[in-house]
Amino acid sequence: MRVMVRDGLFADADPPALLGSRCGACGSVHFPRADACTYCAAEDPTPIDLSPHGTLWAWTAVTAPPPGYEGEVPFGIGVVELPEGVRVITRLTESDPASLREGQPMELCVVALHRNDDGNDVVTYAFAPAGTASA
Amino acid sequence: MTEVAITGVGMHPFGRFEGVSTTDMGVAAVRAALREAGIGKDGFQAAFCGTAYGGVATGHKVLSRLGMTGMPIVDVEAGCASGGAALMLAAAAIRAGQYDTALVFGTEKMPKGIIRSSFFEPWQEEAGLAATPAFFGLRAQRLCLTSGVTKDHLARVVVKNRRHGVANPDAMYQKETTVDEVLGSRVVCEPLHLFMLCSPNEGAAALVLRRSDLAVPATSSAPSSPVTLAAAVLRSHIPGPVLSESTPLAGLASDAVPAPTTLAATAAYEEAGLGPSDLDVVECQDTDAARELLSCEELGLCEPGGSAALLDSGATHLGGRLPVNPSGGLLSKGEPLGASALGQVVELVRQLRGECGPRQVEGARTALSHTVGRGANAGAVILTR
Repeated sequence: MRVMVRDGLFADADPPALLGSRCGACGSVHFPRADACTYCAAEDPTPIDLSPHGTLWAWTAVTAPPPGYEGEVPFGIGVVELPEGVRVITRLTESDPASLREGQPMELCVVALHRNDDGNDVVTYAFAPAGTASA
Repeated sequence: MTEVAITGVGMHPFGRFEGVSTTDMGVAAVRAALREAGIGKDGFQAAFCGTAYGGVATGHKVLSRLGMTGMPIVDVEAGCASGGAALMLAAAAIRAGQYDTALVFGTEKMPKGIIRSSFFEPWQEEAGLAATPAFFGLRAQRLCLTSGVTKDHLARVVVKNRRHGVANPDAMYQKETTVDEVLGSRVVCEPLHLFMLCSPNEGAAALVLRRSDLAVPATSSAPSSPVTLAAAVLRSHIPGPVLSESTPLAGLASDAVPAPTTLAATAAYEEAGLGPSDLDVVECQDTDAARELLSCEELGLCEPGGSAALLDSGATHLGGRLPVNPSGGLLSKGEPLGASALGQVVELVRQLRGECGPRQVEGARTALSHTVGRGANAGAVILTR
């Protein structure tokens, strides 16, 4: 069985989606879903699904396991800009920084992190270069 | 308005000290600062202690050891800016007339390796997103993309600061390095190599603040003309920048929102009634080499995008127009969170007094220190003499 690293962050569906929200007062878009607008403090932003397609804005690779992480290294981490006007911090499926470029089309996918003590595969959201996500 | 003077400073060197406790280091720094200020047990009415990893009642443990309790003792946590936050509170209380004299210190023993921060949620750790150096790497890459900064510039920041640090007996690394050596160290997170990142470590720093009109004590080894604390400002972030020290999971697709450092610096310049062109020496946050360059831009030491040219001009080297991190910076000293901001201020007090020997900035009269870290918290301090 697979379990999400945290409920409410993304929909583990086909296609997957990041779960965000949009402020009814100022129009700002949030990820993760917010209780109050982080920009103008208005209450009750509207839940929305964010676009699974975006462009690469920044990227690097993590070469040593960070605190509390039990998965494999190296792994990619970066920032993807989505059409809603947000930039999202995300894992990347590509861990070689030299093979990525600014503005490259990216698409959302779900990746396995590690198997937990209950024998379940823990999964999280990630972005992959467009066209490679189904692998 | 009541002016605030700094009448005593003290340090415990920054480094790794097996068998020396957080309390031991705080005691050493506080003793030195009180001695310089010529005061003892009843010489201050409040104490503020910066620490992030010290645990419960860190400040109380230090002052208990010295037999100096009874007054309010407040521990202050504000990430990398903890010491700056403590300084702001103490200065504001003196200006408001609450106290004549206050003790401000910071003491810290950091775990080794990548800092495990309670800032992150457990799922962020599990997903590999609690990778602090990766955020530094992403920010460094954006600086390279927008400001013409190259890996060679990043290496030369390290070479500059490590050269400065050779003359600082309180620094962890007192040995020069080379561009080849920096670029030959392993890649931690592109574009950052190991030598481009400061080491979390241990140390303490202390300051005595006093109302300026009372600032010449009868018996003191400190110079007769004390340094004035012209501004001590703390700011948090405005949301928007995705790579801000607030470390959000998302931000706006816009670069128009000012950074917390800029907010703090702008307020500090206004409070002190001066601007970046009036500065003679700067100690700024150089957690990584790119952070120093970005700090220069955010503090207004150059135009946005101008940090590579500023470094190339030689201005920020000792002997240049505006030396940055003459102490060697965090890249030489290491970063004990609660003490690092006050360590900068101690350095600048000594610079303004002309006590820095081979690393002295000649004729320095006006100085700025800057810290920024998780929260976000950004601190800016301006000293004059």
